[in-house]
Amino acid sequence: MIEIKNLKKSFGDLLVWEDVNLTIEDGETIAVIGRSGCGKSVLMKNINALMFPDEGEVLIDGKNIFDLDYVQLRRQRQKFGIMFQGSALFDSINTFENVAFPLRYFTKMKEDEITHEVMQALEMVNLKDSAYKGTSELSGGMRKRVGLARAIILKPEYLMYDEPTSGLDPQTSDEINDLITYMADSLKITSIVITHDMHSVLKVADKVAFLDQKKLSWSGSVDEMRHSDHKELRSFVSASEYQLKPQEAKF
Amino acid sequence: MQAFKEIGRYSYLLYEALRSSTELSTYRKNLFHELVKVGYASVPIIMLTGFFTGSVLTIQTAYQLESAFIPRTTIGAIVSESIIIELAAVISALVLSGKVGARIATELGNMRVSEQIDALESMGFNSVSFLVVPRVLGGLLMFPVLYIVACVFGVGGGVLAGTLTGEVTAADFMRGAQMFFTPWNVLFGFVKSFVFGFIITSIACYKGYYASGGAEGVGRSTTEATVMGCMVVLTADFLLAMLLL
Repeated sequence: MIEIKNLKKSFGDLLVWEDVNLTIEDGETIAVIGRSGCGKSVLMKNINALMFPDEGEVLIDGKNIFDLDYVQLRRQRQKFGIMFQGSALFDSINTFENVAFPLRYFTKMKEDEITHEVMQALEMVNLKDSAYKGTSELSGGMRKRVGLARAIILKPEYLMYDEPTSGLDPQTSDEINDLITYMADSLKITSIVITHDMHSVLKVADKVAFLDQKKLSWSGSVDEMRHSDHKELRSFVSASEYQLKPQEAKF
Repeated sequence: MQAFKEIGRYSYLLYEALRSSTELSTYRKNLFHELVKVGYASVPIIMLTGFFTGSVLTIQTAYQLESAFIPRTTIGAIVSESIIIELAAVISALVLSGKVGARIATELGNMRVSEQIDALESMGFNSVSFLVVPRVLGGLLMFPVLYIVACVFGVGGGVLAGTLTGEVTAADFMRGAQMFFTPWNVLFGFVKSFVFGFIITSIACYKGYYASGGAEGVGRSTTEATVMGCMVVLTADFLLAMLLL
């Protein structure tokens, strides 16, 4: 379980958000939504201490991640897999090596075991045939999927997706959404999805957290979100309705 | 104020690098790559730099010593000592600031803005140990080797230029070179190249590691790494000359 308590983050004089309180139960998928630049990715990076907040705590299974020393923190970070917005693949090595990378450094697996694990992960994201392609040969969607394969290779307890469908066509976005659901269901992983794509939210999330006006202004289930009378949330969701129901759009 | 902040962050990065330098298993493979990239890949440019520095210095020294009362061996003495004490280390460092420093700053800067460094950290890596330590060690270990290459080709270039222009024979040049040779001068050159290797690679790592602002930010970091590297090398050269000579 992840408990975020009274988190505050600013860059110099610029306050990103404050008083962020959120609990993420094991096995659930939560979508963190909000306008571009509201600090969703910053919140994600605070959750596994890639960034440090000005105030507050993030408790992972009861332990405050910011109280850990660097060695403990690195171990704790391995409980998280992250699919980065731009994939963050290492461009000097091919797809296979990108996915195998953590295994080579953090396990004592033999080469045939590594191959088996990597191929299994690539199969989960439907990229087994592209294992030996260079990362520059991959499309945006493929890169995201390789990033996801790499994120799950160390069998994390939590998966974080940073804008998983941004920059992708609707069909590829759908494939990524299906993958997020598949990962959550098959691996029983707790997932945090950072997005402003409401189609994605409706498809993958159990719970929604809405960042607005420098705070976590609303959180609840997807169903509660549909019927909420929270003004900013309604405005944010209704702005996406055209994308949700394109067949109903009037031109 | 900004300068203090930069010095503080640079010092912190060096402290982290020193602290994590014991994690050999993390950076062993990268260290080997760096030794090749910094050392082996820089040999041709250092050979050329050394050769032409020695050649030009010989011709210019001969031009300035046009007197029947000055023995021709003096040319060899001046050229070889200049190369060993000063030029091989400094000119190599300035050239390598553009080649090695710029490469390191660009590599790390690109990794930073494309979140590859965040990805490393999120997997549980110590990114400083993985990225910074091997690059700085590569500079520390290979710059003295490149200094020797520059010395050999500098003196060789001097001999060849002197012979081809008829200003000084190879025998006179080498006799002059031996007359004032002292091992301390070579040791001084070694110390300088060691220090310059550290300055160039550590500044480049610092600029690249903390790059921000997309492609433009990476370009800025690379330029700053190269310019700052050269400036600090020249300052260190002055200080070392004052302290050790």
